Amino acid sequence: MDNIAGTKSSLTWAVHLSVVCLVALWLFPTVGLLVSSFRTSDQIATSGWWKAMFPSEQNMTLRTAAPETQNEINGLHVIEGQLFDADKDAKISVWGISSRAIDSFKAGDTAELRKGGKVTVQADGSYRMENGVPFEGKRGARIFVTATAPPEFTLDNYKTVLISGDATDNLAKAFFNTLTVTIPATIIPILIAAFAAYALAWMDFPGRALLIAFIVALLVVPLQLALIPLLRLHLGIGIGKGYIGVWLAHTGFGLPLAIYLLRNYMVGLPRDIIENARVDGATEFQIFTKIILPLSFPALASFAIFQFLWTWNDLLVSLVFLIDATGETTVMTKQIVELLGTRGGNWEILATSAFVSIAVPLLVFFAMQKYLVRGLLAGSVK
Amino acid sequence: MHPALLGLATIIMGVGGCVGYFWLSNFILDTFIYPPRGPNAGRNINRANIIRPWLFLFPALFALSIYLAYPVVETIRLSLTERVTQPDGTTTYDFVGLANYSQMMAEPKFWEALSNNMMWLIVVPALSTAFGLLAAQLTDRIGWGSIAKSLIFMPMAISFVGAAVIWKLVYDARPQGTDQIGILNALYVWFSGNEPQQWLTVPFWNSFLLMTVLVWIQTGFAMVILSAALRGIPEETVEAAIVDGANPFQIFFKIKIPQIMGTIVVVWTTITIVVLKVFDIVFAMTNGQWETQVLANYMYDKLFRANDWGVGSASAMIIMLLVTPILVWNVYNARREMR
Repeated sequence: MDNIAGTKSSLTWAVHLSVVCLVALWLFPTVGLLVSSFRTSDQIATSGWWKAMFPSEQNMTLRTAAPETQNEINGLHVIEGQLFDADKDAKISVWGISSRAIDSFKAGDTAELRKGGKVTVQADGSYRMENGVPFEGKRGARIFVTATAPPEFTLDNYKTVLISGDATDNLAKAFFNTLTVTIPATIIPILIAAFAAYALAWMDFPGRALLIAFIVALLVVPLQLALIPLLRLHLGIGIGKGYIGVWLAHTGFGLPLAIYLLRNYMVGLPRDIIENARVDGATEFQIFTKIILPLSFPALASFAIFQFLWTWNDLLVSLVFLIDATGETTVMTKQIVELLGTRGGNWEILATSAFVSIAVPLLVFFAMQKYLVRGLLAGSVK
Repeated sequence: MHPALLGLATIIMGVGGCVGYFWLSNFILDTFIYPPRGPNAGRNINRANIIRPWLFLFPALFALSIYLAYPVVETIRLSLTERVTQPDGTTTYDFVGLANYSQMMAEPKFWEALSNNMMWLIVVPALSTAFGLLAAQLTDRIGWGSIAKSLIFMPMAISFVGAAVIWKLVYDARPQGTDQIGILNALYVWFSGNEPQQWLTVPFWNSFLLMTVLVWIQTGFAMVILSAALRGIPEETVEAAIVDGANPFQIFFKIKIPQIMGTIVVVWTTITIVVLKVFDIVFAMTNGQWETQVLANYMYDKLFRANDWGVGSASAMIIMLLVTPILVWNVYNARREMR
């Protein structure tokens, strides 16, 4: 638009550059989480995720094999082995035998052990301990190494979180619980709202304007107000805490936006079609199901995405209406908050859990972005 | 019953029940009560058409009244009562006037929450709108703008809890001398040489770090709405400005911004509502410690940790009070538009 007058804006490069910076800034935190979810806990704890693409220098505390594995060769008691796990491809630069001096020896050097005997550590992690008398004790000697390891990614975190983890680490159940909450809570309000929206858009009756104002007002009522009264109501009528309660609550809280979005869309449908159908003798119910519903598909899809994202990502409503003392019905958001509290340091589990929980909304987001944008544009109160 | 089966049954019952209700109620109205035939056909049709809208509206209005309208009234009532357990084990709600409010006003934590909320109310909508406007203006002018847009828009799909984890990693601190794994501390140590900070425990600044999370999420929303508004600007106005020799900055600030002022207000108020309800971010990242309390989390504390329904309802009413001006403004605008 700015180069209509024929001069190409000199700012083009600045614009490209600024957008690159902005996008990088917005993407950076999420990428950090994604990369972290593929690293081992050692890697996460010892180096920033942005270094994950490059070989990294790590300090590690490793242990030699236990004395019970020693062999006697020509009067010498020998323990031989490999410090690293078989699949690890690291290179030791310096090492030590005391936590106060972890860099006393170079790879290939030999150190005198305090309890007697000598140990030699090679760059590839293999070692040889020798002693004139048998090694004693139950555990091997501690070796402190500084090693350079190539970039390494693992799927183990996902395995732990989705399949093998114990109760607090395993997200599989919470995943299904979230799904169980989400799907009915998305579908049910749509139908109720569609009928109401049709009445508000195309039927003439006294009080219609007042009702629309009522809906617009409810659009901004904070749901915090509803927590205690509704919880009391649910407990009073015997629903208690559980799926039924959370479905009803999500339905109630989602309705104002649903009605508002759908009404705005239906009002814009061509009047001729509806009038013609009425003249041809169609009942209102037929007009609604045969004409309005199919034509309103984009608006229905918009709201469905909103409601899906909102119920999937919700924490508060589930905390209040769903999760009881047994914790059987916990949802992902709740479980992640618990992980944050109890194991703030366990980044590999935390990052992986968080990524599992945001993967589904991201998929929906990228697949149906068109409808989401359309809904946003129609839904923000003009 | 297995929850998945229960869910499936609920979907079938919910959808079936809705369709059944609408069909049946219309059928009864048209066939038995006011059949559109016989001697009174004309009168019957008219009467049926008076009743029909209410058949369509009834389920929605019923749910809205119970789930949103009734709680507002009930919360007002609860905020004026105290829950007392009588000696015989029953619970009564005694009217105590404004005692809950004065008790709340006496708590420093409440004032901390309120002043923090005020800061949130200024910073988050302002920054989100500003960044959104910047992103909208810049991305509209380049070829790969739509990709850039969807990447900036992406945090909208991420839950507040997920965002809390993402940003906690950014703010993470490791002991001095070891490699920092949080980018903020890595940069801070690199540039200043000082020791790393536990950012979330530094009062005052930590609130801004929490606000950053919400700005990060809401910018995409602001961008989408404002970008549509920018495209709606008549090209003649921009062309005329170019002919008159205006530079790009003048065009942006003097021609475009005034024309989309209405949309900016809408974006601003919408984000304000989100800010007033913000709960998950604070709950997950600091839980209101280190002077980061906000009203929504304060309320949750009162309701479900201290189990004090009176004060909890009173603080909910404060949130409602803060929302009310926007509520009135929205209703006023909606009514004006319909005329």
